[in-house]
Amino acid sequence: MKIKLGLEIVGFLVLALLIAVVPRWIDDFTAYEFAIVGMYFIALLGLSILTGYSGQISLGHGAFMAIGGYTTAILSVDGIYGHQLRDLWTIPLAGVVAGVAGLVVGIPALRLSGLYLALITFGIAVSFPQLPKKFDHFFGGTTGKVLNLVKPPFGLDTTPNNWLYYLTWGIAFVLLVFAWLFLRGKPGRALQAIRDSELAAASSGVNLATYKTLAFGISAFYAGIAGSLYVISRAYINPDVFPIILSVYLVAALAVGGLNSFVGLIVGAALIYVLQNRADDVTHWLNHLPALSLDPKRPGMPSVIFGAVLILVMVALPTGVGGFLRRIFGPLTSRLYSRW
Amino acid sequence: MLVAAFTWTEFAQQIAAGIREGAIYAGLALAIVIIYRSTRVINFAQGEMATFTTFVAWSLMNHGLSFWTAFPIVLALAFAGGVAIERIVIRPVEDASVITIVIVTLGLALLLNGLMNLIWGGGNQQFRGPFSTRTIDVAGAPISVQDIGIVAVSVALVALLALFFRFTKLGLALRASALNPDSSRLVGVRVGWMLAFGWGLAAVLGAVAGMMVAPVVFLDPNMMQTILLYAFAAAVLGGLDSPIGAVVGGLLLGVTITLLGRYVGFVGEALKLPTALLLILLLLIVRPGGLFGSVTVRRA
Repeated sequence: MKIKLGLEIVGFLVLALLIAVVPRWIDDFTAYEFAIVGMYFIALLGLSILTGYSGQISLGHGAFMAIGGYTTAILSVDGIYGHQLRDLWTIPLAGVVAGVAGLVVGIPALRLSGLYLALITFGIAVSFPQLPKKFDHFFGGTTGKVLNLVKPPFGLDTTPNNWLYYLTWGIAFVLLVFAWLFLRGKPGRALQAIRDSELAAASSGVNLATYKTLAFGISAFYAGIAGSLYVISRAYINPDVFPIILSVYLVAALAVGGLNSFVGLIVGAALIYVLQNRADDVTHWLNHLPALSLDPKRPGMPSVIFGAVLILVMVALPTGVGGFLRRIFGPLTSRLYSRW
Repeated sequence: MLVAAFTWTEFAQQIAAGIREGAIYAGLALAIVIIYRSTRVINFAQGEMATFTTFVAWSLMNHGLSFWTAFPIVLALAFAGGVAIERIVIRPVEDASVITIVIVTLGLALLLNGLMNLIWGGGNQQFRGPFSTRTIDVAGAPISVQDIGIVAVSVALVALLALFFRFTKLGLALRASALNPDSSRLVGVRVGWMLAFGWGLAAVLGAVAGMMVAPVVFLDPNMMQTILLYAFAAAVLGGLDSPIGAVVGGLLLGVTITLLGRYVGFVGEALKLPTALLLILLLLIVRPGGLFGSVTVRRA
């Protein structure tokens, strides 16, 4: 057990080092791209705590991201009592607001089993974009709100995109460590017990209501932070910034990455980014295959690829990329343990 | 102000519109229930399947076919498509967890949605329906022929389906394999194919709903997204495993939501869907099985 802990800590140190040095090797725009991937990674971390560990599904995490994003936009554009907040300070607040919304959703979720929960959360995803349209004086309606452009604070001598990169991955790292600490202790065991059998967990003294709601709250908190960062990076928000399909993409990426694998989540996050923003490149690349000539201008390519990948992964590799890696490296590391 | 200006004529029109909406929800909800009963799967791709077949109908009509010639061709294609989807995509994950199956149907929805965008482009298309939009006088209120036609087609379809399930051997086999797959297998029902048949039927129901709704809204790949959600709500309202519940739930939801949207100022157009979901959520908390559904006792 000790060696496993040691390996995990070494893993975190390597990750921290990687995060710190990567900007030296990439150009400014790539740093921006990596930052966006980091935001999806944060949202996926939250979703992984919920779905991978507590076994509750949410098809509405795009809506929690939107709640975080709107919190940041409203606080930094309209402010409270006329005081605009700096975008940086709105990030934790966005997380808290989304987290509270998550707790509120989590309470009725206690009464709903798998499929019903999927339906209700999908309903949240589809109906949330209506709210900004209905209460347009508060949310800015379909035109949305424009934020100040990102600017490195404290007179730091770096480009906005580099700053965005460090900000996102810094937060992502902290949240990753937090998730790890949370899940390796008592709460993590309780959640996994609930996932595997609610009855068995309850009879072993696990408080179902507390843990299931808590998982929803924390998960939504992560999504809120991710949404807040996303809005800061775009410096703009309207209902289309967090489209309905985003909620589906998040679940899809989680499934492709592996429900409870932190490494797989990075793959999933990158997949969302590439398919949403680099679909043209993917189409060009696919056209090299024989007997294919696709028009990169047509919309829909990202969804086709995502859908096909998703079905293939679920059929052929149900544990996702993470599970695949574990199957390859599992025997290796377990041999390491057994020597000790 | 809670109640907008009120006239009986308009009220009757709103009821008619509500029934028309409800008939469409009922059709799609029935498709969801048929699949749920046989495979315990909620098909998140149901809406996309319906829209896809409607696009096929649109293509056929653009090639000069009339609506009523295209109609049976599309239904046959939809049936074949539904069977194929069950065989190829759903069967390999049949025994997997709920989350896995939900994700697979989501993947299917993404795939079909993307394919529609790739093949037919993203824009709105005008879909010429079989019924005229002129109004006729029904008991003093002007109701459009289209609304009456949509309801008539839906009623006919549900009646046919009920007769099929009640009076044919195949219908009996379908019900049997949904109720008790193991015993059905023992008496010689080919359960696997029955499940595929159920998916085919559901695809047909979806195709009809799609072709009925397309003339009312514009045809575009996302046409069914909100409608599917109302259909989910209708299915849950009636009880996920009750076909009668799906039909009643659909009509009830259609009328309620139309009236709320028209007469309760706060709800309006924008908050129709959230209101519907809130109602369903409250119902689920009070009556987890829905109005007509059976309450199952879970074993761990």
